[in-house]
Amino acid sequence: MLLIPCPYCGPRDESEFACGGEAHIARPAAPDRLTDAEWANYLFMRKNPKGVHYERWVHARGCRRWFNVARDTVSHRIHAVYRMGEPPPAVADEPGAGR
Amino acid sequence: MPKPKSRYSIWSLARNALSYHENWPEVWRSPAPKPDYDVVIVGGGGHGLATAYYLAKEHGLANVAVVEKGWLGGGNTGRNTTVVRSNYLWDESAHLYEHSLKMWEGLTRELNFNLMFSQRGLLSLAHNQHELRELHRRVNAIRLNDIDSEILDVEQIKKLCPILDCDPKARHPVLGASLQRRGGVARHDAVAWGYARAADARGVDIIQDCAVTGFRITNNRVQGVETTKGYIGAKKVACVAAGHSSVLAALAGFRLPIESHPLQALVSEPVKPVLHTVVMSSAVHVYVSQSDKGELVMGAGIDGYNSYSQRGSPLVVENLLNALIELFPIFSRMKMMRQWGGIVDICPDASPIIGGTPVDGLYFNCGWGTGGFKSTPGSGWVFAHTIARDEPHPLNAPFQLDRFTSGHLIDEHGAAGVAH
Repeated sequence: MLLIPCPYCGPRDESEFACGGEAHIARPAAPDRLTDAEWANYLFMRKNPKGVHYERWVHARGCRRWFNVARDTVSHRIHAVYRMGEPPPAVADEPGAGR
Repeated sequence: MPKPKSRYSIWSLARNALSYHENWPEVWRSPAPKPDYDVVIVGGGGHGLATAYYLAKEHGLANVAVVEKGWLGGGNTGRNTTVVRSNYLWDESAHLYEHSLKMWEGLTRELNFNLMFSQRGLLSLAHNQHELRELHRRVNAIRLNDIDSEILDVEQIKKLCPILDCDPKARHPVLGASLQRRGGVARHDAVAWGYARAADARGVDIIQDCAVTGFRITNNRVQGVETTKGYIGAKKVACVAAGHSSVLAALAGFRLPIESHPLQALVSEPVKPVLHTVVMSSAVHVYVSQSDKGELVMGAGIDGYNSYSQRGSPLVVENLLNALIELFPIFSRMKMMRQWGGIVDICPDASPIIGGTPVDGLYFNCGWGTGGFKSTPGSGWVFAHTIARDEPHPLNAPFQLDRFTSGHLIDEHGAAGVAH
């Protein structure tokens, strides 16, 4: 079970949250000029790293606000929590990531 | 036809009993990798081994290696809840999974390996009027594809599964169910071992403890794989490494529409036979069957976050068990023995990707989500065809990577009954 530090409420149990998937996927600036391949890339293709993953969570059963988490997908360790709109902090991969 | 070193039969069993079962020959060889192969298959689970077997059997390609970073069937092949069925809504899926189910029906004999395939029937419950209507729609669609499926009313369900709580005042009242009588379970390890033994007998090299660390690609054509046991050249490379598909794709320089999630399962202490079919409920989200050892085998949905850790959060198990107890109050005092997780490829449309990639000579079979086990034979069969002919079989032609560009998704979320 994850203990997730909500930037607004403090550390809470995972059961209060829902994961919203990969963060920092920007909506294309000119969607009417996008090719099918670019649409596929935006809509469906994901980084899915084995290592640090920058992802969105929502405190669904708490303050109901969205925020970002940098979490390792192997150890599940949460390295950083930051608010929407803030740039992702640089986090080094743990040993063995990506294999 | 090439024969395994020891054909399993009542006679070989009796013969080996005389020497206290101490002289059974090895089931497959463990050779050192050759410098190059016609095809290198990355991933020694059921799908990869089946692919190797059908490459050798159907397409005459025996210069094939299967490289596996751990041990055979140690990934999702040995971690699923062993359910086999073909009651899918959309034509594309129905054809693929039904092809697979038909292969299951003769597979124990073909592989000369007891897969303990048991067509004990598979019940999908409806708990409200909407679900019941949806079940009717699905059963009709399935029958139009010439696949067995029928609707049961509550009295028929009670007869088939007396321990199910069918009280109309229950928290999740049972209003009806669909039944696929040809659905059931199989022994998951045996599928990997059976295919491995049969592929080995046809000359396929099975190389365990050999992780792929990179691809050698020149002029957009794959030349071979870098592994922890050195470089292995290959005319074609086929990746069947569910859970790690994105990692391999990244090594080859492209992205997939896949995210890796844990899928948990657990088994109870063994008890006498009490549950004779597979029962699944999408609304309360649990699926359960009883193994031949007597353990209840159960699972539910994926954990919500990306992970490669082969473990998930206890709250998912808690929800699963809540659902189980609501449906089967008789199980409320059973003890659970083991719990584990596997890492599954989650695709946006809950359908697999079986075909070529942006790199020439490199093929991927991935994205099976939570339901890959049932399709092991069919998946290997169509993938072998795709690799050997360099074009998909009509059965897997709709399941290409380019459907995410063309928009021809095969949306099996919910349509398939969610639970696998």
